[in-house]
Amino acid sequence: MALYSEKVMDHFRNPRNVGVIENADGIGEVGNAKCGDIMKIYLKIENDIIVDVKFETFGCGSAIASSSMATEMIKGKHISDAMNLTNKAVAEALDGLPAHKMHCSVLAEEAIKKALLDYYKKNYIVYDSNVFHDCESCGHCCGD
Amino acid sequence: MIYLDNAATTKMSQTAIKAMIPYMDCIYGNPSSLHSAGQKANEALTDARERIARLLGCEAKEITFTSGGSEADNQAIVSAARIGERSGKKHIVSTAFEHHAVLHTLNKLEKEGFEVTLLDVGENGIVLPEQVADAIREDTCLVTVMFANNEIGTIQPIEEIGQVCRGKGVLFHTDAVQAAGHLRIDAKAQNIDMLSLSAHKFHGPKGIGVLYARKGIRLTNIIEGGAQERGKRAGTENIPAIMAMTAALEEACLHMDENSAKLTALRDKLIAGLSKIPHSVLNGDAEKRLPGNVSFCFEGIEGESLLLLLDDKGICASSGSACTSGSLDPSHVLLAIGRVHDIAHGSLRLTLSEENTEKEVDYTISAVKDVVEYLRSISPIWRDLVSGKKEFIIK
Ligand SMILES: Cc1ncc(COP(=O)(O)O)c(C=O)c1O
Repeated sequence: MALYSEKVMDHFRNPRNVGVIENADGIGEVGNAKCGDIMKIYLKIENDIIVDVKFETFGCGSAIASSSMATEMIKGKHISDAMNLTNKAVAEALDGLPAHKMHCSVLAEEAIKKALLDYYKKNYIVYDSNVFHDCESCGHCCGD
Repeated sequence: MIYLDNAATTKMSQTAIKAMIPYMDCIYGNPSSLHSAGQKANEALTDARERIARLLGCEAKEITFTSGGSEADNQAIVSAARIGERSGKKHIVSTAFEHHAVLHTLNKLEKEGFEVTLLDVGENGIVLPEQVADAIREDTCLVTVMFANNEIGTIQPIEEIGQVCRGKGVLFHTDAVQAAGHLRIDAKAQNIDMLSLSAHKFHGPKGIGVLYARKGIRLTNIIEGGAQERGKRAGTENIPAIMAMTAALEEACLHMDENSAKLTALRDKLIAGLSKIPHSVLNGDAEKRLPGNVSFCFEGIEGESLLLLLDDKGICASSGSACTSGSLDPSHVLLAIGRVHDIAHGSLRLTLSEENTEKEVDYTISAVKDVVEYLRSISPIWRDLVSGKKEFIIK
């Protein structure tokens, strides 16, 4: 199927970092089943470095590929780099996504941010709330 | 490759291909031309019309060739609406799970001031004649109910609905695109006033179809221009496609019983195999369904990824998930039979043809099992369901 780039298909067929981290330092879940995508990201953080990351995704090919790519892009990185990861960067790293699938990369960005927020909250770390979207009300979804 | 998407379109049969060739390289005249080349083509057209009429149980002059099922649906509905509004009748009865060629035409008429009642089809995907009877009003000008559904394959009680309409003096149209060549059609005996069909669903070519309209029903043009098709559908007739469609329909009708028996056996084997996957459900009635249609929902997974992974395993299938429908909502058909969004996203449609084998069915059952299992293993929803954090919708 030529709907997706080779890169997307590679990450979809052989997703990196699939799974769960027990006792994760930060967990973020975004999307909902009604819309057809849910992404869940688990982070292991040591000295502000993301030493491990895993994901679980319910969704289409591009949702799975976006989660896989996004986790690769933040693994071993400083949490501030992870905070700065944009959906555009994820989509570009996948050699592009079809226009109607861009929301999948948005979900990946949001899932990571939500997992980081969870980490900040759990560890009483002060954060700038302005950098976090209100994921429950954003417009990427079918909006029930 | 295992092709299991015959409801989307079929491979052309050799009979159909052979039937069209002479009309591309020998008898290529325009049937409207007076010269002998044109008249030969015109003879072929007349012959095709008579043969199609015989297969549908109607008369040749009741047949209009169109560009396919969509155009036939559009023309049937618009024609009935124009007839109705002349006597102030602006109400139409249909069902919630019609093809978009019907639903979008009805939407257009609603914007013009028509009122449309879409009947419920229940969990088994079948509308009852009594529902139709109850919905018909003084000002109803048309009832349009599909012969068989394209996604879940359920067969509607067409003859009985036709009888209800006949009794109340209301025009009855049926979209028989999925039925033609697969189920017995007899326009007169089944009380059908108008019927649409499309050649590419029974091993004919794409872009050609038929609108049957009982004599006396005045058609409204969708395509304006020349005087072809008794002035009701302009455009030089696509003779090669018409000849191929005619040959394909004849072949399908001739072998209908044996094809149906073969497909039903394959279908039921596939259904039995897929039913063993935990938390799966068959969509639509198990018996009153097209011989080649299998439609399932699997909880905890999404349909597009299922299709892509099946494609990797050489299986061509289809789904009603939002991601494959190109919209944000899953298929309106699955929603119409009461599948909630979460479940409708995880749908799979496999539609067989006579060419499929038992071996392919066995392979498909095991491939679907593997892929569903894998996708569940990476799905956060599945984890929540298994751990009891969320309750299963499909028990
Ligand atoms: C039930 C039904 N109606 C109408 C159509 C449209 O037919 P066509 O593709 O010939 O326009 C289809 C097929 O796509 C169909 O399945």
